[in-house]
Amino acid sequence: MKDALPGIIIKAISSLGILIMVFILYFLFREGLPVLRTVTLKDIFLGQFWYPVEEPPTLGMFPLIMGTLAVTALSSAIALPFSLLIALFVAEVAPRRVREFMKPVLEIMGFFPSIVLGFIGMVVLAPWLQNRFDMLSGLNMLNASVLLAVLIVPTVSSLTEEALSSVPRDIRDASYALGATRWETTSKVVIPSALPGILSASLLGVMRGMGETMVVLMAAGGAAIIPMSIFDPVRPLTSTIAAEMGETPVGSAHYAALFFGGVILLVLTLGINLLSAWIEKKGAFRK
Amino acid sequence: MKKFAVVLAAASVLAFSGMAFAAEIVMNGSTTVLPIAQSAAEKYMAANPEAKISVSGGGSGNGIKAIIDGTTDIANASRFIKTDEVKAAVEKGVYPVPFAVAMDALLPIVHPENPVSDLSIEQLQGIYTGKIANWKEVGGEDKPIAVVGRDTSSGTYETWNEFILKKERVTPKALIVASSGAMLTTVAQNKNAIGYDGIGYVNKTVKALKVGGKTGSAETAIDGTYPLSRSLYMFTKGWPTGEVMKFLNYLLSDDGQKIVAETGFVPLRILK
Repeated sequence: MKDALPGIIIKAISSLGILIMVFILYFLFREGLPVLRTVTLKDIFLGQFWYPVEEPPTLGMFPLIMGTLAVTALSSAIALPFSLLIALFVAEVAPRRVREFMKPVLEIMGFFPSIVLGFIGMVVLAPWLQNRFDMLSGLNMLNASVLLAVLIVPTVSSLTEEALSSVPRDIRDASYALGATRWETTSKVVIPSALPGILSASLLGVMRGMGETMVVLMAAGGAAIIPMSIFDPVRPLTSTIAAEMGETPVGSAHYAALFFGGVILLVLTLGINLLSAWIEKKGAFRK
Repeated sequence: MKKFAVVLAAASVLAFSGMAFAAEIVMNGSTTVLPIAQSAAEKYMAANPEAKISVSGGGSGNGIKAIIDGTTDIANASRFIKTDEVKAAVEKGVYPVPFAVAMDALLPIVHPENPVSDLSIEQLQGIYTGKIANWKEVGGEDKPIAVVGRDTSSGTYETWNEFILKKERVTPKALIVASSGAMLTTVAQNKNAIGYDGIGYVNKTVKALKVGGKTGSAETAIDGTYPLSRSLYMFTKGWPTGEVMKFLNYLLSDDGQKIVAETGFVPLRILK
């Protein structure tokens, strides 16, 4: 009985966690699905206009979904190569002392409050972008993506570094013994064997970017249009929910639509998760 | 354990009896009036500990509907009652009484270096619907206009919509900011920008535009010459009595009107 106790406690706590998750899911669907009483799924997913307080409301989320995808894609495109390079440097190139210094710095940077970054974007980056490149407004997709990249890089590079470091010493030694140079060893032996870890670190970063709210709310400009260039302002789902939830009457179609936006976000992250599982499975198969 | 139960019972008896004796006021309605109602309620409750006021915001229409249905004591409204609503109220034997409690004035704002200083309502409408896209069309430099708006759920947006856009849609290209403070920062940093803010928020970092030749100020809002101002109302069910009357009297007194000014709105009269 005494030995079983820790197991029981752990089971109870973990199933409580799952229960809470299920409850959140239920709540999200219960509040979000009633929007379909007012508008059709087609209106939501393909509607070009977001005018939620009109009578009747126009609840086209296509620009919002595109905004989320565009910001996530651009910030990942900026952040992931950087993260990989930093991780490679820390894990493979840097001398021991630099490495011991860089690792905690990266980890601390990962805790940087996003609202501070958003503020920097608003009062420093936006005016600079605007004056330097003569843009209509510095609050745009590029601004938000650069800031999101700053948020993503520490997490991804720290996790990628761990994946690279955990490649066994023997494999490297074997590679060197066969006469491979350091670069050949890194690119052809270490990276491929750490690939699943690198991928899951990257996808975690992508999801971090997708779910981030404060930075995009403050720096992305907030125009509900389909972005045609990286200098266009965008309005991702997260910032729409954050900006409008407080003011909308509970139970209205607008309120339900915002919860439905939450469901869409959930489905998107779930999609990324499934994608990563699929990639990992494929990678394993190839081996 | 037993002791705890006794304390709990005593506490609940106290709590329930407190509820029974407290004069409770329920307020509902406009989110625009919400900050005034909220902060007045807090100060009033601090001065009168026996009073209990609950404030919620569900929009002017919902507030007035609640007065008609009898579920609220005071309905906050950022507009006057409509004919249909009066009819519905009278049919139910309810006589809503309006009290103008504050005024709201919106100022169009631009970057301090922008040479434009006066726009008509038609020009503002053209800019916000996207028909006017360059400052030279309204007498400024040859530069694109960065239209900045508030999120569609805010009370400020509602007012602007009513006065400027009328029935038209704001251009989807407009940058949307989530608060009055963010509006100020955005416009202060963008030479191409035009935005709008409640009179209480506007400061020296931006330039407030005249509207059709009229400068927006507390004075011009009070005398009615500034076009972008309106009264904010509280409606009561019949002539107010008891705690409701005391609360309204407090809000209309100089102390109450000071709260109005502090929350960024225009008081009903010039305060010394």
